[in-house]
Amino acid sequence: MLKLLERTHVRPESLAVLVGLAVVMAILSPVTGSGVRVFLTANNFFNIILASATFGILAIGATYVISAAGIDLSLGSVLGLASVSGAALVVTLEWPWYFAIIGSLGAGAAAGAVNGYIITRGHVPAFIVTLGMLGIARGLALIISDGRGIYGLPPEILFLGQARPWGIPTPVFILVAVALVAHYILAHTPFGHHTLALGDNENSARATGINVRRQRMMLYTISGLMAGIAGLIFTARVNTGDPTAGLSYELLAITAAIIGGTNLFGGRGSILGTMIGALIMGVLQNGLNLMAVQAYYQQMAIGAVLIAAVWLDQIRTRGRTLQ
Amino acid sequence: MSILELSGVEKSFGAVQVLHGVDLNVDAGEVLGLVGDNGAGKSTLMKSITGVYSTDKGNISFDGTDVTRLDPGQRREMGIEMIYQDLALAAQQDVANNIFLGREPTKRMFGFIPSFVDKKRIDRQAQEMLDRLGVHVPSVHIPVGMLSGGQQQTIAIARALTFKPKLVIMDEPTAALAVREVESVLKLIEQMRAEGIATILISHRLNDVFEACGRIVVLRRGNVIADLRRDETDMAEVVSYIVGAHG
Repeated sequence: MLKLLERTHVRPESLAVLVGLAVVMAILSPVTGSGVRVFLTANNFFNIILASATFGILAIGATYVISAAGIDLSLGSVLGLASVSGAALVVTLEWPWYFAIIGSLGAGAAAGAVNGYIITRGHVPAFIVTLGMLGIARGLALIISDGRGIYGLPPEILFLGQARPWGIPTPVFILVAVALVAHYILAHTPFGHHTLALGDNENSARATGINVRRQRMMLYTISGLMAGIAGLIFTARVNTGDPTAGLSYELLAITAAIIGGTNLFGGRGSILGTMIGALIMGVLQNGLNLMAVQAYYQQMAIGAVLIAAVWLDQIRTRGRTLQ
Repeated sequence: MSILELSGVEKSFGAVQVLHGVDLNVDAGEVLGLVGDNGAGKSTLMKSITGVYSTDKGNISFDGTDVTRLDPGQRREMGIEMIYQDLALAAQQDVANNIFLGREPTKRMFGFIPSFVDKKRIDRQAQEMLDRLGVHVPSVHIPVGMLSGGQQQTIAIARALTFKPKLVIMDEPTAALAVREVESVLKLIEQMRAEGIATILISHRLNDVFEACGRIVVLRRGNVIADLRRDETDMAEVVSYIVGAHG
């Protein structure tokens, strides 16, 4: 087991946190009529994964850019832009259903590509570019949708968010499929090796002939594409292209990546770790919901988790250099 | 026969011109010492040869091909390797991955999933390379950042030699090393020469340069001001060129 974790670069601590948190939530959650803790029901389990699926996919994008020593603060806003872009094509313009997929994924990837282009060509820090994109994408989403939700998507799209083949919600299949492909690419392909090396030491990457600019460009495009996929799932789940979708989801996504073991300063990242991080965030949110804790406190809790995770990591790495 | 030929290479950074038309030839299997004061343009010249910097004017040809417009990856493919003063290693990645960085061998996973990095082969060949160089590291699986300076230096050298280079540029390879480690680097250069690999050695330590190099080129303010055979010169003359006392 430990060996498997090591091979997949998952930190044992994050798995322990997940299990511990689940136990605490199970104990604290109310009891159903049939005497079972609500937290432990199968339905609730799917609720957690379903809720985690959207920001879990965002967190995959965050893992790619952060492990290359970048950052993408626009993830949540691009999700919203992708959500309304897909819905507008199919509902407002009445194009065929698959344009919801093309529109969402296309809008996401395009926003990511714009981020990447300005970061690599203009040498503007990623922090600034993606912060600006956070505003631009959200504004554009509100403009496209005229500030209202675009309601009423075709059944083919709703299938992607609401169906339960074999009793399992479709978004779970999508999340697992995307995570497996993303894990394969990051851990086992030259592209993944170059991503980590670039985050570790950019000079090293350049010196060994890696095309650093193209690599970055692709990473931000992938990040945007993930926001596009998450936006599509969001649209399908609520049957609405929602311009406010994904508000402050970048907080969830980045936190999930960091507590999953991605190094904030680059050079280390694991998709499976990020998935555990996303589940931790999902369990935390779900448990607090079940205990009827107000959403305002939940925001605070998530923010505190992010800071605590990076703080702990700093203490640990500093301890290591002192040795 | 020259393997590397530079003619009239110029390079500026903004208003500052660093290289003023450099001409330089290196023969196959030759060990050339490149010396000069700080700011003479040594590193800029070398990075122009590897392609990390693109030049403003002049031509660089390698092994009979004009490489002036090729990118670092393409030039590395042709056999130009450089070992940087800061070693350019990725500290959190393991020894084997560092040696194969940018050139990972791949295969198909389960026979159909493409671009699967053949980690087993990387580990095996990295170990073979280290054994050949007579280097001992605890394991090819530990992050490079956990090794000593001398060990890291040999990892950087192993990376340069793994892909059968024709020219290796070493920027101050001995500056940070203990005496015994310096000896083994110099021995390695001699071994490379015997195998027909050309080397450009940049160093401030003239002892090392005189020991390893058959020819010494002095760079001053972006110009080649002296091209001397080791057997026909001495340290005093080289120093006088470096400081500009020769006019």
